[in-house]
Amino acid sequence: MERRVFGPGGMSMAMTRRDFLRNGVGAFTIGLAAPAFLTELAQAQGAGSRTLVVLYLGGGNDALSMLVPYTDPYYYSRRPSIAIPAGDVLQIGSDRGGTQLGLHPRLTGVRGIFDEGRLGIIQRTGYENSSRSHFLGQDIWGTANPASPQSKGWLGRYLDTLPPPVSPLVAWDALREVPRALTSETVPVPAIPSAAAYTFASPNTGSEAALERAYAQRIASHVPIDRPHLAFVNSNIDAAMNTLDKVALVTRYVPSLTYPTSGLGQTLRTVAGAMATGAGTRVFWVQLGGFDTHASQVGANGAYPRLMTELNDAVTAFYADLRNQGLLNQALVMGFSEFGRRAYENGSVGCDHGAAGLMFVLGGLVRGGLYGTAASLNPDPKNPTLENSGGDVRHETDFRSVYARVIDGWLGADSVSLLGADFRRQDLAFV
Amino acid sequence: MATGDESIRHLLRRAGFGASPDELDYYSELGRSAAVDALVDYEQFDDDVDAYIGQPGYVGVTARGAFSPNTVINDARQRWLFRMVHSARPLQEKMTLFWHNHFATAYSKVAGAYGASDAARMMAAKPGEDPAGLRGQVETIRAMCMGSFRDLVIAMAKDPAMLVWLDGRFNTRQRPQENFGRELMELFSMGVGFYTESDVYAAARVFTGWNLRRTAAADPAPKYEFAYNAGSHDASAKTFTFPIYPDGGRTIPARAAGDGMQDGLDLITAVVSFPATARRLVTRLWNYFVSELNPPPEAFVDELAQVYLSSGSNLRHVVGRLLRSADFKSDANYFTKYSWPAEFVARSIKEVGWNGFTVNDAVGQMVNMGQVLYEPPDVAGWEQGAGWISTGGMLARMNFAAQLSRTQAASLASAVKPYAKTPDAVLSYFLDRLAPAPYDDGAYNDLRAYLTASGSWTGSDAQLRAKVPGLVHLIVGSGEYVFI
Repeated sequence: MERRVFGPGGMSMAMTRRDFLRNGVGAFTIGLAAPAFLTELAQAQGAGSRTLVVLYLGGGNDALSMLVPYTDPYYYSRRPSIAIPAGDVLQIGSDRGGTQLGLHPRLTGVRGIFDEGRLGIIQRTGYENSSRSHFLGQDIWGTANPASPQSKGWLGRYLDTLPPPVSPLVAWDALREVPRALTSETVPVPAIPSAAAYTFASPNTGSEAALERAYAQRIASHVPIDRPHLAFVNSNIDAAMNTLDKVALVTRYVPSLTYPTSGLGQTLRTVAGAMATGAGTRVFWVQLGGFDTHASQVGANGAYPRLMTELNDAVTAFYADLRNQGLLNQALVMGFSEFGRRAYENGSVGCDHGAAGLMFVLGGLVRGGLYGTAASLNPDPKNPTLENSGGDVRHETDFRSVYARVIDGWLGADSVSLLGADFRRQDLAFV
Repeated sequence: MATGDESIRHLLRRAGFGASPDELDYYSELGRSAAVDALVDYEQFDDDVDAYIGQPGYVGVTARGAFSPNTVINDARQRWLFRMVHSARPLQEKMTLFWHNHFATAYSKVAGAYGASDAARMMAAKPGEDPAGLRGQVETIRAMCMGSFRDLVIAMAKDPAMLVWLDGRFNTRQRPQENFGRELMELFSMGVGFYTESDVYAAARVFTGWNLRRTAAADPAPKYEFAYNAGSHDASAKTFTFPIYPDGGRTIPARAAGDGMQDGLDLITAVVSFPATARRLVTRLWNYFVSELNPPPEAFVDELAQVYLSSGSNLRHVVGRLLRSADFKSDANYFTKYSWPAEFVARSIKEVGWNGFTVNDAVGQMVNMGQVLYEPPDVAGWEQGAGWISTGGMLARMNFAAQLSRTQAASLASAVKPYAKTPDAVLSYFLDRLAPAPYDDGAYNDLRAYLTASGSWTGSDAQLRAKVPGLVHLIVGSGEYVFI
């Protein structure tokens, strides 16, 4: 499966400006937002507004190692070399089905958040006929449309509902490329993998350098109607110029504690900085990759414990920093992955692509706890909590029901229209 | 002042990495048809580009300690960029990059398994320079990039870095490992829609025993190498939902384990021979060489798929036909491809100059442009086309342009001196030399206005030293220069 390119598609060269705006390139209309508005806008949308931080666990998170059904004998018989020993898990009680569960032993700080009641874990999230392909899976989760995962992203559609003009930093992608979930018709999404490197350099200094910056933006501000792909590139340059100064402000943020030096730690430090400096960002997208643990998942140098340490240390620091800054109630972190992994291990101390996984939410206003029920890992093909002849975990909660709650209960938008159907569920009142 | 036929410049942007003034002269003198021959039949030129690394007159490299591209991955990245800038065989580097993206293997996972030095060897070592004669994955690709696709896939299936990347090293009959078998079908050949999950299971079993071994510790030059372990091979029959054999047979028969390697060869031979594979590869080559903005005409795909299938997946035939096609030559396809960061960087070095410049600075900026050589983001390779473009990515391109033009300020100013009399002549010189996609009037006027924005034009040396690098920065950093 090839990933598709997000950008201007095969548009007619004869299109009018209005056609282009209606149909065309998402990152294009920034040029229309009058710069004079931007300052007030940032103030209006900055501190005081709710922020969603999407944390994508890239590669297919092994949910059964993160949230361990440590009393299920099949968990140990089917995963003899990768199971987390019952004595090591961080016990967090039972779900409503009575299954006792424990967090991965490296998630000590995260367990503290759970104990405070600010971490919700939604078990067995997924969808019917789950794709085992990373790329198709990412598109399905990104569009929230398993039947036709080529549309704009679910968060991009949300951004499209915001009344213009929107802040140029209304969405903040911490990756180098914009994920499908954030592709939008009308809102440019800046990609800011490193706030420190997000600067304008010049071969000159002083006023000559300032002049170059002004001309670079002037050149990019042209909207060649008959050259939509050039307009798309120019709109990105223009958006970069419009966001440089605000991002520079974020880099001067002084957190209340020292963040881990890991990639995720530094990214979440930047997110806190953007929140604290009133960047006006409603949606952040951050990623922790490396979850495609086909091999060498456990052990002293195992991939999974390393990932859990990075996740735990970064999220714990972020949570504490936000609390110290008085911003905790403005943040909702939502974690997900494109699929869970097989119920049983493979021969390389790892496990292969599976179906349902888990999602989690945390933040100052989250109603924490265990949502949904764990699977029984009994390999009996008739076991209703598994699928694929007892090989993979079967979903219990459609991931779009979690999205729906985030949209309705946090972003204040209408999930039925954004998701194209009613996925709301009363029992998922985590926020 | 550089001159050149537009069709030659187009050819060199696509089949190479742009052109330095000398290259442009060379290929222009050949004429278009002979230039294509020279690009495609590149074995007529010595493969000696690496010998010029560190020599005066060439772009520089920066090493911590001794420059060691066979064992240090950052040095391997520099060596490859050096080749892109200076190779007499630009199409070989271009095809190597194409297949590096296709068989997208990332150094970091190999390094996680075996450490930095062995991983760099497995990705980039030249056999003649490795103590054990190990050939790194990208060197294997480089040697085979215009041969038979079937041979290339087989080489990749046995490639040590690939055996780590897609976990083939763990694939045993007790515990079949699906990773390679799945991607062979999903990404390397026919693509999604032509196989089922049951084919994934069967393919995993086919490649059981295609593992890795380390030569004995007593070996003075140990290395990891492919090993077929008959004892780990699942010798039973494997049935697919698609035909494996020319007679339509869908079952790879049970074989003695000792003969079981033939299973994998049978499966690879089958999948590379599918019309769906031919059409998918041709479409990918179209996007890489001809256009990302215009879709390939059906007749083009039909014709090249036929060349592929009738030539036994001969890539030189396919690519040669593509470069000689009317579609490739058509000026409607000029500037219809978003440059990859590697293309952007190598082209701008060639066109702006490299006096005192080191490709190490390009390696650094390419991180933020979104392309780290030997480190594709995942097994599907890089997100291409508009996927390269983001605010951060454009800033990185602009900042690279700033860095490059700063280092070349003196030579650029002196090169344009004969045209310094008017700002229009200066602008015209650089538009010809850098050959970006055409500017519309508005952007052109802005470039022109920049030259006189801080004072009237005198053409003095001081003015040239400030304005010339600024102008080159603005051109190379503009949206027009993204397209090739």
